[in-house]
Amino acid sequence: MIDAFNNINNAVCSFLHINPYIQGVVVLLCINIIAILGMAVLTGFTRLFSFGNAGFMAIGAYAAAILIVRHNFNFLIAMLIGAALAGFVAFLLGSLTLKLKGDYFLITCLGFGECVRVLLNYFKDFSGGSAGFPGIPNYSSMLFSVICAILAFFIAWRFIHSKYGRNLTSIRENEVAAEAVGINAFRFKRMSFVFSAVYAGWAGALYAGYMMYVVPTNFALNKSIELITTTVIGGLGSLTGSVLGAMLVTLLPEVFRSLSNYRMLIYGFAVVLIIMFRPNGLYGYKEFSLKRLIKKLKGEGKTETRKEAA
Amino acid sequence: MSNEVNSPAADNRITQLEEKVTLLEHKLAALESKNPVLEMQHVEKHFGGVHAIDDFSVKIEQGQIHGLIGPNGAGKTTIFNNITGIYAPDAGKIIFMGEEITGSSPHRVAQLGIGRTFQNIRLFSNLTVLENVVIASGKDATYNLPQAIFHSDKYLKREKLLYDKAMNLLEIVGLQDKADERASSLPYGHQRKLEIARAMALDPKLLLLDEPAAGMNADESLELVEFVREIRGHFKITILMIEHHMDVVSNLCDYCTVLNFGKTLAVGTPAEVKSNPEVIRAYLGGNE
Repeated sequence: MIDAFNNINNAVCSFLHINPYIQGVVVLLCINIIAILGMAVLTGFTRLFSFGNAGFMAIGAYAAAILIVRHNFNFLIAMLIGAALAGFVAFLLGSLTLKLKGDYFLITCLGFGECVRVLLNYFKDFSGGSAGFPGIPNYSSMLFSVICAILAFFIAWRFIHSKYGRNLTSIRENEVAAEAVGINAFRFKRMSFVFSAVYAGWAGALYAGYMMYVVPTNFALNKSIELITTTVIGGLGSLTGSVLGAMLVTLLPEVFRSLSNYRMLIYGFAVVLIIMFRPNGLYGYKEFSLKRLIKKLKGEGKTETRKEAA
Repeated sequence: MSNEVNSPAADNRITQLEEKVTLLEHKLAALESKNPVLEMQHVEKHFGGVHAIDDFSVKIEQGQIHGLIGPNGAGKTTIFNNITGIYAPDAGKIIFMGEEITGSSPHRVAQLGIGRTFQNIRLFSNLTVLENVVIASGKDATYNLPQAIFHSDKYLKREKLLYDKAMNLLEIVGLQDKADERASSLPYGHQRKLEIARAMALDPKLLLLDEPAAGMNADESLELVEFVREIRGHFKITILMIEHHMDVVSNLCDYCTVLNFGKTLAVGTPAEVKSNPEVIRAYLGGNE
């Protein structure tokens, strides 16, 4: 099955003249998009900050890798199980911590992410320890990753534009008022947390299939911070903005390879500048709309764009 | 099969059952009219050594507008917060439509049918006026996650129903033209109306209004009185309101309770309460 996907991928890529380097960048981009869509739902729409999502990525990655390599699972099923396991852990963690107010949730998430990394380092027989877990077949071809990213966006879009997304947004806007109109804030926060963990697990499983080798340091605190900053840069409350943020954060380092040592520094500056000048992120609460873009390019008045937004 | 259904015995049984159903309906109606919409029995709430509410009891019948008045710090908002589950009372019982809700969580109380507004308006500020109301009618959105993701017929029908209902509510409060504006961009008075419309989207049996006329001048509060009357007439709803403006209370309320330092000073019609010497001393000032 992996072969079939990879053959189709190779045929498509050779037909479109896409070289392996670009394929690799696209796969990484898709992985980031999936993880960041999860963050967008959690941070952008529910206003919960989690510094532990790299931990969920690790769970997804290691679960998929171990199931495929040791237990000969089909890679699709292994990926689903990896994502579901991340979601399940988030459910348990959320049940315990989401009743905490404000920053405490953030701190427990941070602790959780580090725990996962340390445990993976410690249980050498299970996870290969700090030497990593090798031998994962290469199932994350460009074609497969792109399909995953599109599917992830589609599901997130429909999720956000239904009662679920509305309820999450109402919690972001005013939790007391949300409760006063019958919304179980705890339940929906947990749902949002599980959603983001499932996406992180999904992204992690794809990552394992792309790298063919996972080490705990791939999922350190830095990765969680990168996910949060990307979400903030893209827009706190916009799925399309988050995709744009993922593109910027994945593609710019590729373009400016020589500056890669200064990556975190540039992130820091970017976040500070964005918080100063566009506090809601590049896209804010708006979604990208082709109609609005065309109207703007044509230079029609502000009243027009407002009507369109309506 | 067919002869069994058409048999006189079955017909007889059906008539009997129908009679029973009518009887039960009557009984239920009688019970509902007997039960007050909201009953609070000896409710107490302390914060440390402060008795925010002390032995508070009230009975609010179907269709009444009941006022809660008293100087600042008298415990009015604490009573609201006890009813809506933000605090659990230290003692006493709260019964809503014959069901005890003491200590229930806020969302549960809202789902049972108690809508509220807040003293310092709490809207979903970054969302549109329409979205504010749609969110509150969440209990009508009975579809599940797969149905939402695949846009099943049920999802589409329910969503349309929700938006139609919200638009209808906005028309009733006169905000239909502002449906697509951001809630925070509305003028103060409209924000108050939107908050009431949002509470009404729960299809509540009881509406709690926390100082609806706060920050309004005489004309505006007169308009508000008319507005609340219209809402009551339109939805046949029971209202409990906190209000400082004595003219609003006398104009609107059927009964009111006067509180001072958590204690109940007087209960009665606005006219009775106003002439109560203790109330005059504590609340209206010695010069009346």
